[in-house]
Amino acid sequence: MTDPILEIRNISKSFGALKASNNVSLDLRPGEIHALIGPNGAGKSTLIKQIDGSLVPDAGSVWFEGRDMTALGVVARAQAGLARTFQISSLAMDMTVLQNVVLGALGRRGDVFRFFRDVMKDEELLGIGHHALKQVGLEEFARFRTAELSHGQRRQLEVAVALTRTPKVFLMDEPMAGLGAEGSRRLTGFLDTLRQEAPILLVEHDMDAVFALADRITVLVYGEVIATGSAAEIRSDPLVRTAYLGEEDAA
Amino acid sequence: MRRETVLNTVVFLGLLVIPLWAWVSNEPFTITLATRVAVLALAGVGLNVALGLGGLVSFGHAVFFGIGGYAMGVLASHSQTFTPMMEWPFLIEGTKSMPVIWLVAMIGSGLAALAIGALSLRTSGVYFIMITLAFGQMFYFFAISWPAYGGEDGLSIYVRNGFPGLNTLDPIQFFAICYVILGLAVFGVARLSRSSFGLALSAARQNATRVQSVGIGPYRLRLVAFVISGAITGLAGALFADLNRFVSPTMFSWQTSGEIMIFIILGGVGRLFGPIVGAALFILLEHFLGGLSDYWNIYLGALLLVVVLFAKGGLIGLVAGREVAHD
Repeated sequence: MTDPILEIRNISKSFGALKASNNVSLDLRPGEIHALIGPNGAGKSTLIKQIDGSLVPDAGSVWFEGRDMTALGVVARAQAGLARTFQISSLAMDMTVLQNVVLGALGRRGDVFRFFRDVMKDEELLGIGHHALKQVGLEEFARFRTAELSHGQRRQLEVAVALTRTPKVFLMDEPMAGLGAEGSRRLTGFLDTLRQEAPILLVEHDMDAVFALADRITVLVYGEVIATGSAAEIRSDPLVRTAYLGEEDAA
Repeated sequence: MRRETVLNTVVFLGLLVIPLWAWVSNEPFTITLATRVAVLALAGVGLNVALGLGGLVSFGHAVFFGIGGYAMGVLASHSQTFTPMMEWPFLIEGTKSMPVIWLVAMIGSGLAALAIGALSLRTSGVYFIMITLAFGQMFYFFAISWPAYGGEDGLSIYVRNGFPGLNTLDPIQFFAICYVILGLAVFGVARLSRSSFGLALSAARQNATRVQSVGIGPYRLRLVAFVISGAITGLAGALFADLNRFVSPTMFSWQTSGEIMIFIILGGVGRLFGPIVGAALFILLEHFLGGLSDYWNIYLGALLLVVVLFAKGGLIGLVAGREVAHD
């Protein structure tokens, strides 16, 4: 078995009496999509934040390519090759769609402190940006102001920005939300091919997408991992059925 | 051409044509007014880098304006009394050369911006405003209680400093210097705002989380922006002191910080030519209303209220409409 790229070891995080993460461990291996599912309030977003560096865990550690990253902040982890897409779109709304992807490519290249040359005439950055927009199907919107995009399109742009960074790991927090059936199907197809470039830790509510894509699934309930396994294993797990999937079936 | 471009051209040419006309018809006072506009606009162009591009509401830019002013005052006063500034460990003498004074003003205010920014950029929002204000007041009271350079009374420089090949005592020639510097600064800031740095800085203003998650630290971006901003405002301070041939602690006062900010708000926050429009309007109001009443600031306040309430993009926004995302 290959070594995991990303490893979360025994992470705990409490907010007062609420245990948002309770001794959570999971890992992400090359070439896989690992889905993180769980009912609302299970602590998925809290976990993602501890992986990307915006929250510091009370206990436990985050390892990336065999290196302990627990003490690093968001910027350092992003530079190391972690790309996160946000559940609530986090884009520069007054900039154009193209400027947002160029910003991503610029962050990857790292030479931000250039004060004179027009960044929007930089062929290399533009090339990376246009390619990423094409991959998510937003190329016709390149010149739009980002604020003019629909919620679904903003989600796609989130993914495009992550792509410009050619990361080693994708952390995707509900990329399907607001996409609609057609968009969701397209993105599912795209993510399916993307796993060859870099593994994806996918938080998603769209169960069709999760079961279609995930090599492994981890189920989080009340901050605790109650099961990890393949789609088939998770489907048949009695704990999961009662805690989570059962509710969906009943509904 | 876009309406904003037309407006910018008209404003910038207007600032040239009026003093030229005044020169031909021999009205030196009008030239002095135009010079004031150019110099104060330059201070605003500086603040606009921090405020407009970076979203950093600095209420302490008088610090840099004042440091620029005192750089001129201190150097020139040593030169006019023929006393060296220091003799040990090496000799530093005063100077009456404008380029040297400008360099000292920009380095001095840039370093001050580095120190002030390094501390205050760790805060944000109203705390940032308060800290920058506090630094401003510190410098103000320091200047008041520093007898070596005039203390409360300030410092008079009897002859305007020199620029190679020009007679700076001739109002139109000194105006030309200020106008060219303003033009260069606007050009530089225009390039800056479209550069890699400008893109990242502007993104950090709109969404700091986004910038961090693509691996760029907003703190360093903002600090560099603050230093550039402070250095430009410092240069304006040196020119302002040369215009008046006088430096006083007022340059450090919080009213000065407020006035520089008012130029930007009147003209349009983040608009390239906003500070010029704002400074021109300010000087016009001061000249015409100031003649009618000592309390002309009341009208300025009313105008500011109207602009803030009904024209968020300032006067440029009112004429040219909302800013287009350029690419």
